[in-house]
Amino acid sequence: MALLRLIAIRLLTTAITLAGVAVIVFFVIRVVPGNPIAMMLPPGATEADIARLSALYGLDKPMITQFGIWLAGVVQGDFGTSITTRQPVLGLVLGRLPATLELSIMALVIAVLLGGVSALIGTRGRGGRTEGAIDVANGMALSVPDFLWGLVLMLLFGVLFPVFHISGRVTPSLDLPFVTDFYLFESLLRLRFDLWADLVAHMFMPALALAIPLAAIIGQLLKQSLKETMNLDYITLARTKGYGETHVILREALRNAVLPTLTLVGVQFTFLIGGTVIIERLFSYEGLGNMAIDAVINRDLPLIQGIVILFAVIFTAVNLIVDLLYAVLNPRLRHA
Amino acid sequence: MIRRRAGLRLWLSAGWLGALGAAALLAPWIAPHDPLAQDLFLGRMPPFWEAGAEPGYWLGTDSLGRDVLSRILFGARVALLVALAAGTISCLVGATLGLLAGFLRGWFDMVISRLIDIWMAFPPVLFSILLIAVLGPGLVSIIIAVVVIDWTRFARVVRAEAMSQGAMDYVASARLAGRGRIGTMIREVLPNVLPTIVVLLTLEMGIAVIVEAIMSFVNLSISTDDPTWGGMISEGRSAIHQSWWVLVFPLIALFLTVLSFSQLGEGLKDRFDPVLR
Amino acid sequence: MSFLSIRNLSVRLKNGPPLLRRVSLDVAAGEVRGLVGESGAGKSMIGKAVLDILPPSVEITEGEILLDGTDLLRLTPRESRRRIGATCALIPQDPLTALNPSHRIGPQITNRLVDILGWTRSAAEARARDLLAEVQIADPVRVLRSYPHELSGGMRQRILIASAFAAEPKLIVADEPTTALDVTVQKQILKLIAGMQTRHGTALLFVTHDLGVVSKVCQRLSVLYSGMIVEDSTVPDFFAAPRHPYSAALLAATPKYTDPDAGLHPVPDAVIDAVRAEVAAFDRGAARG
Repeated sequence: MALLRLIAIRLLTTAITLAGVAVIVFFVIRVVPGNPIAMMLPPGATEADIARLSALYGLDKPMITQFGIWLAGVVQGDFGTSITTRQPVLGLVLGRLPATLELSIMALVIAVLLGGVSALIGTRGRGGRTEGAIDVANGMALSVPDFLWGLVLMLLFGVLFPVFHISGRVTPSLDLPFVTDFYLFESLLRLRFDLWADLVAHMFMPALALAIPLAAIIGQLLKQSLKETMNLDYITLARTKGYGETHVILREALRNAVLPTLTLVGVQFTFLIGGTVIIERLFSYEGLGNMAIDAVINRDLPLIQGIVILFAVIFTAVNLIVDLLYAVLNPRLRHA
Repeated sequence: MIRRRAGLRLWLSAGWLGALGAAALLAPWIAPHDPLAQDLFLGRMPPFWEAGAEPGYWLGTDSLGRDVLSRILFGARVALLVALAAGTISCLVGATLGLLAGFLRGWFDMVISRLIDIWMAFPPVLFSILLIAVLGPGLVSIIIAVVVIDWTRFARVVRAEAMSQGAMDYVASARLAGRGRIGTMIREVLPNVLPTIVVLLTLEMGIAVIVEAIMSFVNLSISTDDPTWGGMISEGRSAIHQSWWVLVFPLIALFLTVLSFSQLGEGLKDRFDPVLR
Repeated sequence: MSFLSIRNLSVRLKNGPPLLRRVSLDVAAGEVRGLVGESGAGKSMIGKAVLDILPPSVEITEGEILLDGTDLLRLTPRESRRRIGATCALIPQDPLTALNPSHRIGPQITNRLVDILGWTRSAAEARARDLLAEVQIADPVRVLRSYPHELSGGMRQRILIASAFAAEPKLIVADEPTTALDVTVQKQILKLIAGMQTRHGTALLFVTHDLGVVSKVCQRLSVLYSGMIVEDSTVPDFFAAPRHPYSAALLAATPKYTDPDAGLHPVPDAVIDAVRAEVAAFDRGAARG
């Protein structure tokens, strides 16, 4: 019962947050100078043409009315029509979403692996040079944002030692038999490992760039947590039973040390997702973030709204999942 | 051992930032060439140690024949200006709001906290691009954008600190002694929160530089003629195979600057930490 | 034949003061040996040295720890760990922190049997049920499925006691097992430990600051002051006539509930000075090599 109450409260605060986001973005972008209609039409368009198209998109009405119309549409699942492509916003946005999700999740997996391994190695060799070296590496990785890592990686592995691709999601000449936009996932399901390899070769650099700062945070936090846990009484007791250091770290300490790391990682993951905007641009990756930048440049108001709302929904969903995960993993909370 | 490392970190980062500051100030005098001067016959010259380099253009030239080194020096001016202005202002705004929210609590805290939640639901880069689109390109817009987007960084942390400090005994004593709420906040709590604020400030400066670079990269910063590191990186990115130096050198400058700001913060934090002292 | 034989064990803080000064003591098979002393005397340190769980800030400088004839200190860490795991066990002091909060009770008892000693899972689980019944836990099956935080402190201590006997060890180190418990529960737990020790015939190194406990459970005892053994005798002899002035003072200092008006008799300063002088003399001798 307590769990249900918790969920209800979370949903309420989430709704308020999303409402706030919707309001802010709606009114902010309408203050944007530059008429999207005028930008779309060929030069030589008459005032009448512009007025007609503006009316078509409802841009001539007062702002409050526009908001009301938009809100009514949203409730029915209609997020308006993109000004630049004349297609429904919802379709466009959902079409690009899988690409960004796959990139973010790949980055998360890389970050967890890198960070986890560095934390375990640092704990095993704690107090010595190993830990010192790992601390220095983590410090550097943390201080530099994903944008710069992206550029560094691009130079190293795209130009100097060209192992990976630095542009796009997939080699354009390839024939793609996919039905969904989850290319990476589907290629595995269909056992098309050639396609999967091509996708990974394109995704690895941007995913790694996104992952590096998060890996450093995970590494530092988990190591700290593990080191503290290793001093506890139940660890000492486990040692008397004949277990070796590695076993003790992995089987006894890890599960308890992971918990405090989890909530911070959740928040940092949302920052990672936010980072996809510039990383996708950098690597010309056809995802949500890249589309967002174009939308702003072209003043495509409905599209901008749709994308921002979607990002906000993703962020709140991630936070919710993290809190649920925490409750599940912590036996104490489950019975509270 | 920790002390020594903290000292080294502090010196190295302060050293680079100091050199950068000097370079930025003295750019008009020490830059070998006019950063805006184009010479199409000297386009895409490599740096001085490579074959085919043009003497006098130490780090090479870009596609329009402009000297990379001079552009980097002048780009430093933009970077540092943004860092100092945007960093300080967002610090003032965010820290003040955070202090008030965390110390005074009540409905003020509720409003600020809700605001912070909403703010954090926006992807920062997207938010800044949006704001620049609204405000139009220009240095002032960048500074405003950084402040508007990142004040939450200060507000959250300072609020938490202020809350925990506010619960401590010395605050109760001050109130009993007759100090007003605001007075207590400023005279008693603020000095204890100050170290955290200073560390965040250096971090924010690094972030401001990055935001400016990203904005330039997406062609939304200042006018396209004046050199910015981000603009150079954007150019360099498109010609990455033909003239790598146009990308690499501003990247190195940016990398070292951001790293230095961050390590400066870490080094200061170590100095301030009473446990390590 | 002693199962445990500690010879001239010296332990100190790394680059710091000594914590144990040439400690020697024997525990025969099946015997209960008490280790008494005030806080900080080093009694826990001896138990930890035997079990190889000394804190990283501490090092052994000399001595032998003979377990069933083999010197643990001459073995590789791996071999020593295995031997200790197979023949020894610990009853820890604080039941609230000695169980892993993320694991159920069952695996915390059975895992060592399966992983290290090669038992089958079902045999180990049967053993766990029997042990819990032995420590008078009413519903062993439910308790085995529970998490530590769902059980009371007293219950957890019973579980820890049961768990210590799981692999049928030859030696158990009980590190102040009743200190962290309510007074009402202490007596029960003490009876439990004594009963199980007798039934299983395990040697017990009982660390405590409470002479009353020693009188009830132990056959022999050693008195420790500042890392030095000042007396070593059988329990009846000790309580009848302690030989060392410090032990006599300790005995006198124990409040007697049968005589509430007798007043408190802390250890006199003269006795403290005398025993400190002994320690200083030891240190001088040790420094001279």
